[in-house]
Amino acid sequence: MPSVQLNRKVFEKYVGKKLPDDNLKERISYLGTDLESLDNDTINVEIFPNRPDMLSEQGFARAFSSFIGMKTGLRNHEIKKSSHKVIVEESVKKVRPYTACAIVKGLKFDDEKIKETIQIQEKLHITYGRNRKKVAIGIYPFEKIKTPIRFVALKPAEIKFRPLEFLREINGLQILSQHPAGREYGHLLEGMDMFPIFIDANDKILSMPPIINSHDVGKITEETRDVFIECSGFDYGVLAKCLNMIVTALADMGGEIHSMEIDFYGKKVISPNLKPTEMKIDIIYINKRLGLELKEKDVKELLERMGYGYSKGKALIPAYRSDILHHIDLVEDIAIAYGYENIPEEIPEVATVGEESKFSVFKRKVSEILVGLGLIECKTYHITNKAFQNTMMNCNIDVIELANALNLEYSVLNAWLVPLLFEILRGNKHHEYPQNIFAIGSVFKKNEKEETGIQEQERLACLLCSDQVDYTRMRQVIDYLLRMLDVEYKIDAVDHSSFIDGRVGRVIVKGKKVAYIGEISPKVLENWELDMPVAAFELNLSELFSVMD
Amino acid sequence: MEVEKIAKNLHPLERKVVPYLDKITDFNALVEETGMKDVEVMRALQWLSNKNIIRINVDVKEYIELGKNGRKYKKEGLPERRFLDAIKDKEQAVSILMSNLDFDRNELNICIGMLKSKAAIDIIRGKELIVKITEQGKKLLSKETLEEEFLKKGFPIDLNQLHPEEKFAFDNLSRRKDIVLVNKLKIKHIELTDLGKKLVNVKLTQYSVVDKLSSSMLKDGTWKDKDFRGYDVSINVPKVYGGKRHFVNQAVDYIKRIWLDMGFKEMTGNLVQTGFWDLDSLFVPQDHPARQMQDTFYIKDPAHGKIPNLWKKIKEVHETGADTGSRGWGGKWSEDVAKENLLRTHTTVLSAQTIAKLKESDLPAKFFSVGKVFRNESLDYKHLFEFYQVEGIVIDPNANFKHLKGYLREFFTKMGFLDVRIRPAHFPYTEPSAEVEVLHPTHKEWIELGGSGIFRPEVTKPLIGSEVPVLAWGLGMGRIISEYWKINDIRELYKNDLKQIREMKYWIR
Repeated sequence: MPSVQLNRKVFEKYVGKKLPDDNLKERISYLGTDLESLDNDTINVEIFPNRPDMLSEQGFARAFSSFIGMKTGLRNHEIKKSSHKVIVEESVKKVRPYTACAIVKGLKFDDEKIKETIQIQEKLHITYGRNRKKVAIGIYPFEKIKTPIRFVALKPAEIKFRPLEFLREINGLQILSQHPAGREYGHLLEGMDMFPIFIDANDKILSMPPIINSHDVGKITEETRDVFIECSGFDYGVLAKCLNMIVTALADMGGEIHSMEIDFYGKKVISPNLKPTEMKIDIIYINKRLGLELKEKDVKELLERMGYGYSKGKALIPAYRSDILHHIDLVEDIAIAYGYENIPEEIPEVATVGEESKFSVFKRKVSEILVGLGLIECKTYHITNKAFQNTMMNCNIDVIELANALNLEYSVLNAWLVPLLFEILRGNKHHEYPQNIFAIGSVFKKNEKEETGIQEQERLACLLCSDQVDYTRMRQVIDYLLRMLDVEYKIDAVDHSSFIDGRVGRVIVKGKKVAYIGEISPKVLENWELDMPVAAFELNLSELFSVMD
Repeated sequence: MEVEKIAKNLHPLERKVVPYLDKITDFNALVEETGMKDVEVMRALQWLSNKNIIRINVDVKEYIELGKNGRKYKKEGLPERRFLDAIKDKEQAVSILMSNLDFDRNELNICIGMLKSKAAIDIIRGKELIVKITEQGKKLLSKETLEEEFLKKGFPIDLNQLHPEEKFAFDNLSRRKDIVLVNKLKIKHIELTDLGKKLVNVKLTQYSVVDKLSSSMLKDGTWKDKDFRGYDVSINVPKVYGGKRHFVNQAVDYIKRIWLDMGFKEMTGNLVQTGFWDLDSLFVPQDHPARQMQDTFYIKDPAHGKIPNLWKKIKEVHETGADTGSRGWGGKWSEDVAKENLLRTHTTVLSAQTIAKLKESDLPAKFFSVGKVFRNESLDYKHLFEFYQVEGIVIDPNANFKHLKGYLREFFTKMGFLDVRIRPAHFPYTEPSAEVEVLHPTHKEWIELGGSGIFRPEVTKPLIGSEVPVLAWGLGMGRIISEYWKINDIRELYKNDLKQIREMKYWIR
């Protein structure tokens, strides 16, 4: 989750109230943000991904101020009309077809404000912009730009400008290979023969989205007062929301929003549009979901505490909110304003009958039977490695590999469980023997009949390890287990390279092969550096359960 | 009388030892006299000492013993004497001396160096190195040195009782290799207490006591005229260990019990799932950060599974909201992304599959599961790549947020956490969403345990067919299970250290 760093004094100025630490901590928590740290100068909060509008100091302070009842209701952010134009040309249609733009004037940038602005841009890039894939944001000193601005696509070699913090002019392809931002985001332009650029009326290139701004006309400094802002991407609705989050934050910072006219291939749109959207309120629905008895006036007040407006049965949703998909989203905000902590607890009297899965019951009984024989239950992971499953066991079983494991030690799914118990024996050589252990877990193998193409079955692996161990002792354990489960079985001799030749059998129940049992080959013991004999069985509990009456 | 009672209850080993105690005070002598094993005598003495019959006084003494060379020189004489002896009549070449005397290079050098410094020999350098005894050497040869006298003594010798000349000789010898060494010896002296003095005067043979009741005694009735030796019942015994369920499973069983008692049915299902069930059916957008490679384990082969026909509805809900009253996420929903096989990231996938099978007539219904979920993380003391999640859903037309709080409170009360709170949170599939926290009873800090909420209409409408409220929670259990056993490193839950498992107390709730 992204976090935002707030200057506490600036935050308090926006909020309009100073709160003592404890109170501030508690309120931040109940607004639905995670407080990371707090001191006299700085507040760090984590913002949930549904509220990108709170990723700026101004946005967060605005929400917080409403929540604690300081400035409630819909904020009015005035837009001045301007005649400045942005022309989107046909050439970008296939590359990056949309942009939403605005001008904000009268910002007195200082070091602090530049930091805040960069933070808004960065946080929105990462989250709402999905690392610039969905939205790329550019903010430029408007004084250095002459409108109309054109959004066009050119051949990369023909694009030449000095990218941010670079010493010289290079072309579009060189930007991708030489500039740090080019290397990081270049993949977003992969396979395109034309790259998009913003270019002004003096033919100065402003930027090459979603990669980098120009150093000359794309850098905010302390001299900057007015800014041009553009969001580019593939879905105008998404871009417009993102733009709204930025311009409202900058307006709260003291700026004046000016509209622009964007010409999309002949179709003209005025941007930004900060008109709230309306959603009909259903008070019965709200009360039913929350278990409360709110009246219209309560709902109005609660909505206003979350920054909404309310008018004649309708919620007015601020234009910077991107997360209101459904009426239920308003229900949540009403609950937050009401206070989760104030909603009473209740256990309803609904008669339902509890029921454990029959297979779970079966597995528990199996464990209890083995525990009765003095065995110790162990707990294993479902992820292991190829060497443990195969080479260490002197056998060759197909394993299913993970595509993206971080650690090769844990990179395949269990195909059988005995190796996992060997890992346990190896780790316990310094402890008292006998070590008689078992574990239940899932094993995985390919099977096209399954939805995922992978069949999962649960198995029981059981190992006896001490100087007294032999086939008979192991056989006695499985014999006791199966008798207690009221299962008849027979054992056929079989070959298995993990076991000693002639001392390994296949357990068969109602014609189904359900288990291997035998004495483990000294070769395997040597691989695991064990100097105690081991006998083992591995029983397919899923299969066994399926044939039981 | 106390002494008699003690006498009667003596262990057979004690009975053997006691009669010697008025004469013998030394442990080794006692071992020799009784003919018992060291350990047997030791145990008997320990018990007697526990009963305040004897006191065992341990003296630590430093003894001088002979080393390897010391023993050799005691027999053959010191090398310098043998050296002088060999040349007392005529001069000799060093090489011949060396082989005649069977010296090594080291011994030879010491001898030459030492004798030269005492002016006992002359060295003549020619084609060969020749040594010749001097008058001083002859004088030396005629009398015994202090070191030689010292070596003649019987060893071991008490280090603290050396005369000055002996000390001088010892110091000289200890500078040379392997001649003398000092050993610390613990000498146990046994001293009878007043009670002990009384006990040794009791005739032990007058008591015919039986140590162990045997089956033959029972068969022939001979137990009737026997007395049984009383035990020291307070004494410690060797530990035994029983077969045992793994402690995590003990906790899991208890957690399951809580939900069963509250009328919940168990859900089970596969660990490998398609993204469709694990994420798409739960309205997690396909470009959600949680779907990025780094968080989720994907399967290499088969990388893709099949998805049910339901996908058409799910696609529509994602793209436009369909008939749910929602706007949807917008954008394009891809079947291929939904088909990706992965290790389930939450047991909420089971809830999705469960409600997809429900009929209107099944309501109200409550389900739970306690199952493993996976996260592509490196192992460290706070993180596992595989851990338990406790899942619950309540599908009830009348369910509301108050009930959600009620169920969670009930569960955590039974888990031993009396302070529970929920805070606003965000999950793509619930609205309202809430983070669940409990107050650590001693540290007094809030522990985050997982998410909860009411399923979004975008989840319930396509899966159930109506917008019936579904209360849902998915809680991590590792932290509270660890807490119960005071485990600080979460990896210990699956470390399978047999000593730890054997010693671990039971889950008692």
